Amino acid sequence: MTTTPTEPRRLQKAAPRERQPPSRQASGRRNWAAGLAGWLWLVVVAVPLYWALITSLKTQNRYYASNPLAPSSDPTLDNYRLVVESDFLGYLVNSVVVTVGAVVPAVVFSFMAAYAIVRGWRMRVLRAVNGLFLLGLAIPLQATVIPVYLIIIRLGLYDSLLALILPSIAFAIPLSVLVLSNFVRDVPKELFDSMRVDGATEWTTLWRLAAPLTRPAILTVTIFNALTIWNGFLLPLILTQSPDRRTLPLALWTFQGQYGFNFPAVLAAVVLTTLPVLVLYAFGRRQLLSGLTAGFSR
Amino acid sequence: MSSLTGRPPRREPRSVLPWLAAPALVVFIAFAVIPLVGVFALSFTTWDGIGAIHPSGLTSWRAVLTDPGLPHALWVTFLVMAVSWAVQTPLSILLGTFLAGRQRYRAVLGVVYFVPLTLSSAAIAIAYKALLDPNFGLGAGLKIQVLSQDWLGRPGLAFGVVVFVVSWQFVPFHSLIYQGGVQQIPKSLYEAAQLDGAGRVRQFFSITLPQLRYTVITSSTLMVVGSLTFFDLIFVLTEGGPGDATRVLALDMYKRGFQASLMGPASAIAVILVLVGLALALLLRRLGGRDAGASQLEGA
Repeated sequence: MTTTPTEPRRLQKAAPRERQPPSRQASGRRNWAAGLAGWLWLVVVAVPLYWALITSLKTQNRYYASNPLAPSSDPTLDNYRLVVESDFLGYLVNSVVVTVGAVVPAVVFSFMAAYAIVRGWRMRVLRAVNGLFLLGLAIPLQATVIPVYLIIIRLGLYDSLLALILPSIAFAIPLSVLVLSNFVRDVPKELFDSMRVDGATEWTTLWRLAAPLTRPAILTVTIFNALTIWNGFLLPLILTQSPDRRTLPLALWTFQGQYGFNFPAVLAAVVLTTLPVLVLYAFGRRQLLSGLTAGFSR
Repeated sequence: MSSLTGRPPRREPRSVLPWLAAPALVVFIAFAVIPLVGVFALSFTTWDGIGAIHPSGLTSWRAVLTDPGLPHALWVTFLVMAVSWAVQTPLSILLGTFLAGRQRYRAVLGVVYFVPLTLSSAAIAIAYKALLDPNFGLGAGLKIQVLSQDWLGRPGLAFGVVVFVVSWQFVPFHSLIYQGGVQQIPKSLYEAAQLDGAGRVRQFFSITLPQLRYTVITSSTLMVVGSLTFFDLIFVLTEGGPGDATRVLALDMYKRGFQASLMGPASAIAVILVLVGLALALLLRRLGGRDAGASQLEGA
């Protein structure tokens, strides 16, 4: 029944899976330290977010005059208009193109590789491939940006969106393969066997069996990569130059350089660039959080 | 494997599987492995980032290794790593334990906690830059003297701000890891401890903490290796300043390479960054008694 040498660890982890009734915290004495930390952290997290939001709705004059923590009595969207007029829609499109263009191949390729690694573990080539990807986890990939810059120049891709997409795919692969292969490994062996008996090829088995059964993991990896790439700053900073190739984080930075002390405008830009992600977060929160918990806490 | 389970020999030629791994492998080799080798190679050259690349032996290394900027950058990197670890770990364990409770309000709080997880470092840094402004920031607006200091203009304070903002951004993620870890501790352990009359604090130190051992290693590995890559946050927040107070290795690499057009020395710094990352991963793996960075994740 074992597919890989890592199997015993997996068995052990499968055991304490059942949900615990809420009794543990409630039955014992209250956990004051954790409770205090919990509420304090809420304040630490919420105050800057709240301040940024309400400030972005104030006029610059009112901002200087009013209590910074009181919401404006007549909120204005002028700051947002200024941001939108600074071509943020174009940057938004760039960010979408780069994110979708990188995440889709990254996840598809990683899933294919994860499937191959799990199913072909007896093959030395695939174990070596796996080792190579694992190495990618230990190495800060930012350290490779200078040669990446050189390669992009030599390929004639400098200052294009493709220049951002290609390295983003590569950087996303190690963690994606790792997480996905752990989930492919959980697919019961018998299912693979019966697919084979039915005469299915590896390609069919990959998409008809493994993919549907590991969908939650694929979704988590997709969301996680999308966040990372959407928020990426270093690659756009060094691989693009013209304003119309900027992605949102870079545009945000240049906008801040331009409007400096117009804090309401700068914060409106912050809120606006964050909005698409927050909408995604609202929908994909459960998936992202449970996936991350599952992926990292064993 | 097939001999172990006694299943019939595969009909399909085995060579299909490696082809499935090929696309990922090709992209990874082209944009990660070759660059990794390339960065070593470039550290033995002179290049301004635009013109021709000239081999120049050890010139770049000599320049980097004799520059007092290097030990300083290493020291700052280490400090950021160590202090942000020391701040984040206890907080994350505490918050993870808190979130692991099943009360409804804790789940609601969790929704707020995890918002920073979705924000870009650039957005966070820009918002904090505004918030901490000595003249027009939050502290100044509230007219509270202590809060309206020149946060990013004084070395010690700027360092503290970097650690704080790093924690603000990443504590949620690590709390999440600990939350998962705490939820996996068998309940029976606590029941037994309760029968033995162990108090909450005692339970925390005798059960929760030891049971979280591997979670601590995973989280610490991610924190420590991740801290080598705090580029965007520090770049936007302080640009390494004031002076060189927050100039970590990654920033040093960028500034030498892309601002001073010294790609050779910058590559040498990058090599050091790679070596430090590898050394740390290996060290933590030793400490954990198993491959923390990889196998911990592998259990998923």
